[in-house]
Amino acid sequence: MSSEFNSFAEFLAMGTHGFYVWLAYGVGLLVFLFLLLEPGWRRRQLRSRLQAFYRREQLDAQADAAARQPKASLE
Amino acid sequence: MAACTVPRLTQQESGMGTWTWFHKWGSPKWFYDISGRWMPWLFGLSALLFVYGLVQGLYISPPDYQQGHSVRIMYLHVPAAFLSMFIYVLMATASAVGYIWKMKFAPALAAAAAPIGACFTFLALFTGSVWGKPTWNTWWVWDARITSELILLFLYFGFMALRHAFDDIQTGDRAAGVLAMVGVINVPIIHFSVDWWYTLHQGATISRLSKPTIDSEMLIALLVMIVAHFLLFFGLLFRRARNEVLWRERQASWVRELVK
Repeated sequence: MSSEFNSFAEFLAMGTHGFYVWLAYGVGLLVFLFLLLEPGWRRRQLRSRLQAFYRREQLDAQADAAARQPKASLE
Repeated sequence: MAACTVPRLTQQESGMGTWTWFHKWGSPKWFYDISGRWMPWLFGLSALLFVYGLVQGLYISPPDYQQGHSVRIMYLHVPAAFLSMFIYVLMATASAVGYIWKMKFAPALAAAAAPIGACFTFLALFTGSVWGKPTWNTWWVWDARITSELILLFLYFGFMALRHAFDDIQTGDRAAGVLAMVGVINVPIIHFSVDWWYTLHQGATISRLSKPTIDSEMLIALLVMIVAHFLLFFGLLFRRARNEVLWRERQASWVRELVK
């Protein structure tokens, strides 16, 4: 494998542009990590949000049924 | 959570014609099932190409005869910039489909695409700035290409803000959708800015119409990185759209099944 670099130190230095090249790729890595990890956090949030939604739905249904019951027995 | 398991397609779903296919794509459940199968392939293939592209781009390909090693920023900058525009067009198209045909799944896709597009636009601007310093001796210039790309970032922010400004999901989709459709005019402006105005930014490196004016080792690195970014984008898009679909379809029985 031919390359432009004779040593690892030369590879890191990138001529005189090491700072710029590694800054660009470093920030790129951070952006990609964020994009990959964030949906996972959101998924966990979503799960509890959905469970809360279904629980409330169930409670509402029970409250409705309870409200209807005494009315029916009075007649 | 059971949501990670992918239900198998039934016999009926696997043998379908064009129209059924179109309608199935509008079905959130079908998307949820099929995207779960595609995601590992998209991420896996993208990772392989990233490894190859990075070795080729950072190590094997030669430095530019004028710019030196800073040219290696190109392998990150060009795919990010390319995707920033592609994602916007995809988002605007999905918004239009949702707006015109009331296809349920389309706005969910647009909503999932926006933050990814904003991230790639930021990355294009940032890597461009870092590339500009050693090349043009400035971090920033109010050049036509750069300014229109910055406007693209604000369009993404506007889309996300508008969508969240309403309690009702459909109202937010429609308001943000109009912005996405109107803002799409910015994309050809970005693309042609280097031809229309005298700019500091260099012209296109690869063009369909002419032979590339680039070293073949560089071209390989660039093309591999573009494909790698594309596959990564679709993986990320599916991952986000799945979350979006679950919340939007929370009343549906299949979502109840999954969450249980």
